[in-house]
Amino acid sequence: MKKTILPIGPFHPLLEEPEFFTFHLDGETVIDVDVRIGYNHRGHEKLATGLTWDQVPFLVERICGICSTSHPYAYVLAVEDMLGIEPPPRGKYIRSLIGEMERIHSHLLWLGLAGHFIGYNTVWMWAWRYREEILDACELLSGNRNHYAMCRVGGARRDVSQKALDFTMKALDTNEKSTKMFLGAVADDPVIHKRLKGVGILTKEDAIAYCATGPTSRPSGVRWDIRETDPYDAYGESLEAGAWKVIVTENGDVFDKAVVRVLETLESIYLCRWLIENMPDGDFQVVPGEMHEGEGCGHHEAPRGEVFHYVRSDGSNKPIRHKVRAPTFSNLPTYKASCPGEQIADVALITAAIDPCYCCTERVGVIAGGKHSSLTQDDLVKLSVEKTMEIEKRMGVKSVLNKFK
Amino acid sequence: MQAFYYLIFPGFLFAAVVGLLTTWLDRKVTARVHYRVGPPWFQSFADVMKLMGKEVILPENARKTGFLLAPIIALAASTLVATMLGLANYLNQGFVGDIIVFWYFLAVPSIMIIIGSASAGTPLSAVGSSREMKLLLGYEVPFIIVLAMVIFRADSLSLGGIIEHQIESGPILYSLSGVIGFIVALLCVQAKLGLVPFDAPEAETELGGGAFYDYSGAALGGFKLSKAILFYSLPIFLITLFWGGVQIGGGLGILWALLKYILIVALITVIRNTNPRLRIDQAVKFFWGWMTILAVIAFILRVKGL
Repeated sequence: MKKTILPIGPFHPLLEEPEFFTFHLDGETVIDVDVRIGYNHRGHEKLATGLTWDQVPFLVERICGICSTSHPYAYVLAVEDMLGIEPPPRGKYIRSLIGEMERIHSHLLWLGLAGHFIGYNTVWMWAWRYREEILDACELLSGNRNHYAMCRVGGARRDVSQKALDFTMKALDTNEKSTKMFLGAVADDPVIHKRLKGVGILTKEDAIAYCATGPTSRPSGVRWDIRETDPYDAYGESLEAGAWKVIVTENGDVFDKAVVRVLETLESIYLCRWLIENMPDGDFQVVPGEMHEGEGCGHHEAPRGEVFHYVRSDGSNKPIRHKVRAPTFSNLPTYKASCPGEQIADVALITAAIDPCYCCTERVGVIAGGKHSSLTQDDLVKLSVEKTMEIEKRMGVKSVLNKFK
Repeated sequence: MQAFYYLIFPGFLFAAVVGLLTTWLDRKVTARVHYRVGPPWFQSFADVMKLMGKEVILPENARKTGFLLAPIIALAASTLVATMLGLANYLNQGFVGDIIVFWYFLAVPSIMIIIGSASAGTPLSAVGSSREMKLLLGYEVPFIIVLAMVIFRADSLSLGGIIEHQIESGPILYSLSGVIGFIVALLCVQAKLGLVPFDAPEAETELGGGAFYDYSGAALGGFKLSKAILFYSLPIFLITLFWGGVQIGGGLGILWALLKYILIVALITVIRNTNPRLRIDQAVKFFWGWMTILAVIAFILRVKGL
């Protein structure tokens, strides 16, 4: 049968961000899908090496507008890991609280967008309306609806007032009610069942093979949540106290992805409440002290999955290497597993269901002579080894990578 | 006089003004449901006026004649639909068998959308076109059975005759077969207007406008106006078939007619705001399955005299 190619992008009324989809169609059925990104490379990693250690959180906060605290959070964890600093308890609790507030509003934003994608604009508007209360609370806590700038190496950047915490408690109460209403609406609507159940199934094997993270992998039965698998800040204590639990379901379809996100919103509400009730007194930050040579890793469970940051220092006031990996980077390839065999109408949903953030994930794209080439893992390893050896040669350091030659 | 009927009342001008006001009502109610403010009352007029003054962009691969003629024919056909309905309802004019002619012209705007978007020659329009075709084939089946039920019941092949029958022996809606038939017809009207849950041919978030993806300027304005006129005509058509027609004079008269009209428009708006979009295969299955079964049940009930 003759195959049609449906190109969408890179700049297209359907898309919020620049990306380029190529759908190979047979009638309305999608046989194969190709995604090309790299239109919005902003050079964050390079910029970070030109800023001081304390300026970088403000920069990486701008990587994503929605999960804006995830990147600075992972970055300060990386630097603290390198320096071996332990922030005071109050600082840890404040950071975790902001992280969870962000998860609530990010999941509500996704829920609204998902509603919009299936043509259910009422859900879209309502979800965003209830999200406003959370954003108000964020504004009172940090001074901003988004871009909170609350993460700092050695604790939180600012303290939170009791008034703001009381207001947040109230906002959480009303939000719990509305989230439960949404859960009922999603779980009971027969038309939503028809549209979402059994659509775009990502099996457990595929989720593991494609390294999916966060709310893309947990609906497929992969129990992987950084807050649980590698607890940091206040997450370990709250998990032991039973304040929240990790949501895992088995089906891996779009319906489960929606349910996991709504249930996670509820869990985040419970966790926020626990954090406010158990907020310790005392200092909220420590002075980091001297910078020394070394390297550190930090990861945070962002609303979309695991955010990973790596920093290396030569003892100066700037990082000499800063590596960022956004969750969409590993969630994006799952399209290859979940899209083929589905209809165009469903593919729009499936691509939205991973809650993609293409601009956050722009890190590498090779375009030579107008041709875009994709790099395999072997190519990337080869490239990075070559680059490292080149730098070592320039700096006159004895190579540790000879075995890769 | 014929030109007056067609162009001024109850034809083009009247239908367009009422249709655009109805579109505004739909948008305003939708906005209030969404906790938004919504547009001012003249928004729909401003939209069409602006579109009429904009440049029409022709896609490179388009079949220009078909592409540009489609909105004009769609507009002419929907105007004719409004005129025939108005003549039967307000002026008691018509001819035997006019309901069959009416039926033909009611299908023309949809067919024009199919032809127009197919001649645009771009992939998204082509998908929209094929979806519109499937949808048309889907909803026509139950709609025609319901229409046959009404015709048998009224024992007349003209719009005027159906109204007369209802004046004599009460609206068809006030019976079991009438209620079932009305529900089926209402959902078919929803699909004919291309509103959620049956807006797959347009599917803003999948096809970016689908069938209308390549249309711009006055050509798009023609389709919008045609849709607005249908938005006025189809609720009136439902009232004509099931609810005794629009009887001006006598009793509550025009107020009661207006109430019926607004109630049906409100029902359409509520349906469109409380449902997600159905996939096209699901929509066709819905019409050929449940809706056809219900329509046949209504027909059998009618034969039994219920």
